[in-house]
Amino acid sequence: MHCLYLVPTLLINVVIILIPALMTISLAFFRWDGISDPVFVGLANFRALWPDRVFWTALTNNVIWTAIFLTVPIAMGLLAAAMLLVARRGSSFFQVIYFLPMVIATAITARVWQGMIYSPVSGINGLLNRFGIEVADPLTRTSTALYGIATVDLWHWWGFLCVIFFAALRQVPQEQIEAARLEGANFWQLMWYVLLPGIRPTITLMMIMTVIWSFLVFDFVYILTQGGPAFSSEVLSTLAYRSAFYDLAVGKAAAVAVVISLFGLAATAFYIRAQAKEFDR
Amino acid sequence: MNLVENRTTLRLTYCALGIGLLIALFPIALLVLNSLKPAAQIVQNPLALPEVLRWDNFTRAWADARFGATMLNSAILTATTIVLVCSTASLTAYVLARRKVKSWKIITFYLLGTTTAPIQLFLFPLYFGFARLGLINNTFAVALIYTAVYSPFAVMLLRTYFLAVPRELEEAAIMDGASHWQVFSKVMLPIVSPGILTVALIIGLYSWNEFLIATTFLQGAERQTAVVAFFLLSGQYTSDWGEIMAAALIVTLPVVILFVLLQRRFIEGMAGGAVKG
Repeated sequence: MHCLYLVPTLLINVVIILIPALMTISLAFFRWDGISDPVFVGLANFRALWPDRVFWTALTNNVIWTAIFLTVPIAMGLLAAAMLLVARRGSSFFQVIYFLPMVIATAITARVWQGMIYSPVSGINGLLNRFGIEVADPLTRTSTALYGIATVDLWHWWGFLCVIFFAALRQVPQEQIEAARLEGANFWQLMWYVLLPGIRPTITLMMIMTVIWSFLVFDFVYILTQGGPAFSSEVLSTLAYRSAFYDLAVGKAAAVAVVISLFGLAATAFYIRAQAKEFDR
Repeated sequence: MNLVENRTTLRLTYCALGIGLLIALFPIALLVLNSLKPAAQIVQNPLALPEVLRWDNFTRAWADARFGATMLNSAILTATTIVLVCSTASLTAYVLARRKVKSWKIITFYLLGTTTAPIQLFLFPLYFGFARLGLINNTFAVALIYTAVYSPFAVMLLRTYFLAVPRELEEAAIMDGASHWQVFSKVMLPIVSPGILTVALIIGLYSWNEFLIATTFLQGAERQTAVVAFFLLSGQYTSDWGEIMAAALIVTLPVVILFVLLQRRFIEGMAGGAVKG
């Protein structure tokens, strides 16, 4: 009887996600342009990725992206959350403002940064140039494009982490904090010995999610640079998207998608294990 | 909590928090400020206050991005998604929270797994399959994709609300002769309605802002969403940044107003989904 309650969710999920996902995995072994009949080519799609410079750039960029997002926004979020705990007064006001970038559409955030900050014509960079301070548009240089994009994503993202960490910090038992204060711990000691260990499960969970999300990053890269200039900011998801819809190499796109999923899968295993404890309670 | 005896520490803390505030607000301020300026003045100095308020940026943005039509498209898509997610996810969350079926654990893990599945893993066959079935430029088809993508999150969040309902209530209703369906719809649903509202808000925010799926599946002018219309408007080479920022403000304002009014629900929902699972 209650099985019926599950039917709508599972039906939609299986038709939209599971079946197409299984098809993607099998398509990775075919050559297909999306229209004619697929041709089985074995491992050729994967073998073609091996010497492909763009593929390795994209993979490296995803790894760099993961490294950036495992450190900078998590540190910013933790620091801001701990300070909110110290400040107490006004913490909900700060929280709302920090969170605000998260509710703005990625397409809009991307264009505001592109036009109003990075642009040498209409942005802050242009203004600085006119004052004699040379700042190039990071998005137009191969050496900086990825970091220019990452900065935008960082701006949009760190407040979310701050809010999550602050919610977790408020659950740290009062007595532990007071005991540390009585023994004369300063802010950094309190953070290192009491607060961080107190919210370790939340930090771990966010780090796992960061790894998963870092391999999915798409919107900001696609809107800001389309992976350019000269593929310098290409990531796996934009590479797959372009292969499928611009080059009509769906088999190659599927192979890249499988690579993305392998990285995600490892992190997902950790994620489910971390969450499983919650369900056994 | 008495973390601080020291006034200097407190002052430093507020300074640092204030810097965070500036970082978060600076690009937003640029957006609002320049939406009221003519393009020529933006090029001169993006930081300057507008000399004359150029309201015509908004009328031109409204006309060029066809916001009359595209905002309606976004609203229909968002509303359809909210209805689909809330109705299907509340059923599933109830069954999983109360462990009504033997396989509850496998289903929970399966749904958790799909929350982390990359869109690219199912996007390509889905697109070419929908193309063959004539479902491209179909708002309902996209609402179904959103439902599949967002409902695992909704199930996990609603599950925590169902867990908080005392079992005695359910048992009492069954003693009074209520059917399973009546227990769910007449007893449980009203109690978890705050949770459903939270889910509706967050799913609404996600669907309104979503880019990748909307730009792939709704390419035709007649079904475009507001965000995609903005993206196309801002991608043209003859960039009038005053008009683009006005368009950005038109798309963002409804979301930001709703967020500020109902911030606690948004924040608790989004954080709750992550912290509690």
